[in-house]
Amino acid sequence: MTHTRRSTLLGFASGLAMLAALPASAQEFITVASTTSTENSGLFGHILPIFQQATGIEVRVVSQGTGQALETGRRGDADIVFVHARAQEEQFVAEGYGVQRFDVMYNDFVIVGPADDPAGVRATDSAAGAMAAIAAASAAFASRGDDSGTHSAEKRLWSAAGIAPAGEWYLSTGSGMGATLNTAAQVPAYALTDRGTWLSFQNRGPLEIVSEGDPVMFNPYGIILVNPERHAHVKAEQGQAFIDWIVSDAGQAAIASFTVGGEQLFFPSAQ
Amino acid sequence: MDGPFFTAIGLILGADAGLLQIIGLSLRVTLTAVLVACAIGLPLGAALALARFPGRGAVIVLFNALMGLPPVVAGLVVYLMLSRAGPFGDLALLFTPEAMILAQTVLILPIVVSLTRSVVEDIWAEYREQLQSLGASRLRAVPTLLWDGRVSLLTGVLAGFGRASAEVGAVLIVGGNIAGHTRTMTTAITLETSRGNLGLAVALGIILLTLTLTLNALAWGAGQWARSRLG
Repeated sequence: MTHTRRSTLLGFASGLAMLAALPASAQEFITVASTTSTENSGLFGHILPIFQQATGIEVRVVSQGTGQALETGRRGDADIVFVHARAQEEQFVAEGYGVQRFDVMYNDFVIVGPADDPAGVRATDSAAGAMAAIAAASAAFASRGDDSGTHSAEKRLWSAAGIAPAGEWYLSTGSGMGATLNTAAQVPAYALTDRGTWLSFQNRGPLEIVSEGDPVMFNPYGIILVNPERHAHVKAEQGQAFIDWIVSDAGQAAIASFTVGGEQLFFPSAQ
Repeated sequence: MDGPFFTAIGLILGADAGLLQIIGLSLRVTLTAVLVACAIGLPLGAALALARFPGRGAVIVLFNALMGLPPVVAGLVVYLMLSRAGPFGDLALLFTPEAMILAQTVLILPIVVSLTRSVVEDIWAEYREQLQSLGASRLRAVPTLLWDGRVSLLTGVLAGFGRASAEVGAVLIVGGNIAGHTRTMTTAITLETSRGNLGLAVALGIILLTLTLTLNALAWGAGQWARSRLG
């Protein structure tokens, strides 16, 4: 090996080593396990810079389905969970994994489907009625099937309609909201989605909203600090600062000011 | 003029800071993983080619099989190790670039080990008598054998790089796709697809492919140059 070639190799290797050693940001941060609906809609991109400017705390969001986000909290891999499945959230707190649940905001679910509405969903006047019409027509329905908050809401609607969905028309995608909507747009199929994801979703194909407005479609979001008594490394102080901010007038105003295409997506509901 | 290709060119020309950060992180994670996998895999593969011990066949089959390890499984295993509830939770490595490097190293290592073993075994079979007549022990012969097989080995390293730069299953689980922190090209593509931004997703895919193409061209060029220099 000649001298030049050796130094070239050495230079290359030390360059790589420098790449590997780039310093991580030194400022303080918290990790929030949240849902795909909040991240995909762009809400966090809107409110987190406002919070960081006010407090200097960086918020790192891991967006998962509600079931996975709660599991991340249970394992102590996040400081905060911010999700939408009230019963599961209350259980999370009752089991001692979370300190306390705070109401933050709500949006609502809508049923989307092919514009020509083969199951006649538009003629129904309730969400349960819409589900019953879809099942009666055996019209294709794309379900999250992933234990997410949206999937839980869908299961509640089926049981309200007295139906155990099964058959070739019922497509359990086992994936996130966006992936499920991509599937529904292709089949085309009906699907239950939160309004936020729907409004910011670009690949709608033939889909339109066919049922909305039933009070049972109300979709509340709660925020919970992971219990430091169970996981001592939880950043309780900074985490609580984020919770205090998001339920404060400033945080609630930041949520209310987030719009997509001129439409407000989330409605503040902190008490 | 709004096809994915033009979106890609617009993104590159715009030199968007967020995009540059994502590209930088992707390269940093994958290249570091390749480096670590080579540091471990080249000597290990050579040792496996030359050493004779009971169970050697099983080890070889194991590494060959691990080349087909699904990224999502590698990610899950690393996730369970690094989670706060796991054995290495105190290191606080989950949802960091370091965790992604570790997961990708697990993916690349079997490729480097298996290919090195195969290349070194062939060269050893060919030059064994020569090397031994020069008084080289099996151990002493390792650097010579690796140097002799460098062109074939480079292909293996590139295969490892390709596997790591293309995968999304492992980095998504252990990195968490956190904006500005652990978002890579592939997890960004997944996110944009799920938002229905198919044009932007394809544009990011074009940029990723261009990067991979450039790196491969550089590696090929370096190989040609080395060959012409050495005759």
